[in-house]
Amino acid sequence: MIEFGFKLSPSSRINLDLRDKASFSKLVEIEPDALKCMACGSCTASCSAGVFEETSLRSALLSLQNGDKEKALKLLSHCMFCGKCTMVCPRGINTRHLILSINKIYQVR
Amino acid sequence: MTALLQTLYTYSQITPEGIIDRYPNSYNHFVLPFVIGISFIIVYLLIGLIRILYHLTAEERKRLFFSLFTPKTALKNIKDIFCDCLLHTKIWKRKPLLGYMHSAIAFGWFMLIVLGHIEVALFAPRHLDSVADGALYYPIFYRFFIWMSPEHETLRGSLFFFLMDFFLLYVLSGIALAMYKRVRSIALGMRHTTKPSLADRVALYCLWAIFPLRLLAEGFTADLSGGSFLTKPLNMLFRNFFGNELNFLPTWWLYSICLGLFFLAMPFSRYMHILTEPLLIVMRNAGLKVRKPRKGFAEAEIYACSSCGLCLDACPMNTQKKNLKYSSVYFIRFLRRHNEKKINEIADKCLMCGKCYALCPVGVNSPDIRRAQRETLNHKLSFDFTPMDNFRLKENSEEGAEVMYFAGCMSHLTPKIIKSVTSVLESAGKKFIFADREGGICCGRPMLLAGRTEAAKELISKNKKMIMESGCKILLLSCPICYKVFKDDYDLKGIRILHYTQYLNELIEKGELKVAKGSGSMVYHDPCELGRGCGVYEEPRNVLRTIGELKKAEKERDESICCGGSLGSLTLDNKDRGKIAESSINNLTAENPQSIVTACPLCYRSFREKSPIPVKDFAEVVCENIKSN
Repeated sequence: MIEFGFKLSPSSRINLDLRDKASFSKLVEIEPDALKCMACGSCTASCSAGVFEETSLRSALLSLQNGDKEKALKLLSHCMFCGKCTMVCPRGINTRHLILSINKIYQVR
Repeated sequence: MTALLQTLYTYSQITPEGIIDRYPNSYNHFVLPFVIGISFIIVYLLIGLIRILYHLTAEERKRLFFSLFTPKTALKNIKDIFCDCLLHTKIWKRKPLLGYMHSAIAFGWFMLIVLGHIEVALFAPRHLDSVADGALYYPIFYRFFIWMSPEHETLRGSLFFFLMDFFLLYVLSGIALAMYKRVRSIALGMRHTTKPSLADRVALYCLWAIFPLRLLAEGFTADLSGGSFLTKPLNMLFRNFFGNELNFLPTWWLYSICLGLFFLAMPFSRYMHILTEPLLIVMRNAGLKVRKPRKGFAEAEIYACSSCGLCLDACPMNTQKKNLKYSSVYFIRFLRRHNEKKINEIADKCLMCGKCYALCPVGVNSPDIRRAQRETLNHKLSFDFTPMDNFRLKENSEEGAEVMYFAGCMSHLTPKIIKSVTSVLESAGKKFIFADREGGICCGRPMLLAGRTEAAKELISKNKKMIMESGCKILLLSCPICYKVFKDDYDLKGIRILHYTQYLNELIEKGELKVAKGSGSMVYHDPCELGRGCGVYEEPRNVLRTIGELKKAEKERDESICCGGSLGSLTLDNKDRGKIAESSINNLTAENPQSIVTACPLCYRSFREKSPIPVKDFAEVVCENIKSN
């Protein structure tokens, strides 16, 4: 293909109408720690899987709030469940259970 | 010699003259409750056995069948059944009084049944021949049906009378202790006991009543059927109190009703363990593993649980009373009741430290059942590990580098451990490949514990490929979690898998690494996965003893308390973990050591947050005390 010097980048528009409120409150019910996150990014910085491909619980939570669950699931799909993020989290969030619960609730089977 | 044998033979052939059936057809209505109970339990057992066998895979059934005829496993079966089901050696070792209590009831009752049958076989053999002659109940109520003339009492008969009374007394002493235990369990060494369910209560009170009633019943009939040191005096006493013409039938009725009721309540109560434990032992010795949380082998485990509550005291979560409900005993109770919500809640909470399994007198592998339960929910979650395919070793196997060091994710959070291990290796002059210096793939154990077996298998295969390609001879690990999974699930042929405590101990014993004697005192904490998981207790202690004064913890080795940081638990929150860490530290500092030494990055981190005294890693201690040549 010929490059014309410009390209289409995916839209970064946030459509809050797409936000799945019911699922998110279900998540909070299962794991109340979902609301504790202050988006410091310690989990992303320490992530074992993040060495290979972008993996971030912080961004995933943000994406869920912004109604982009596909992006959230993609950000967590490489998680190896090693638990480093739990150890470094300054808010003491049970990150592993949070990741597991997000997968359980949002993955369409 | 032959003459002696001949006399013995003829002696045993003599039909005892003085023994007469008091009832011509050897039947009385009072046996009915017992007969109903025993028939019910036999039918129930048969159906249960078929159910369990049906849910095994063909390969498992084959394995079980062949194990029964392999002399080695067959012998082990017999030994285990005798030691675990009857004598309860496991309980004896830890809590002698509790061991006495249980073996008195189990072994005593067993001997009463066996001796009763032998007695009938010797003195009234025709009643054992067919069910029509009362083979089902006759040996149990032998003393009721028989009339023995006192002039014809033989030495052989008297011996049986004595033995029967002796074992009855033995059982009664056990029952007395059991009753006392209900009031004050701590006297027998148990802080917490389980709350009995309704069926448990029915069966329990029946069990308590059976043996005193048997004593009464046999006491009433002792002047007719004969008796010994217990029943004869009792009979005399009764005759003096109630007169000669007493009607002893009601006590025999009560005795039979209690027995019948006990058997009827048995399948729904904890006492099912009496009959299931031998099956569990046979299946375990055949090498079967839990695949599904409810069916097949797991069902045998579930019904073999005696609900004794020893796991309540063992569980590290018992520091908070609210968390007692997550113990294995309740997990198994809810599995029996099919209470899905509670089952999942409990399964996810557990730290998987394995202490309940290590201390269980029956050996119910509840961590494995919990893992299988997690798998039922979590196995279908999707994952994507394709980015890890490109992972290549950054370091080439330098000439002669036999050792590969795999630090694991958790060690990367504690750089001190990595630094200590590498510097110890360097001072021992060992060349090594650092597999995950710039980060690597997780070992798969956390995924396995979360019940995501497929995901774990993929991680395992990626790591395996990397290790096999490296050409190393020794795989060295500094994290017990990795060590456990590499040892159990990787199948690395030709490669020795060693935890650094084992490797450093080896180096020191060989003289390749020299350590100096330090001055401080320390206590060693056994990490769950290293101690109970892999049985490594001696090597680290060996090394620490040469370095400094090693003090004892209150509970150690297989009774050591989890640090609370375990990756096994999915839902336990930070606060509760902190409480567990505190109780574990209290346990370790019983003898006031100057520092705590552990050999796991997770324990290291959990303790550091809470400990009032310095916490050190095993490699760190060795590194500090290396004697430079």
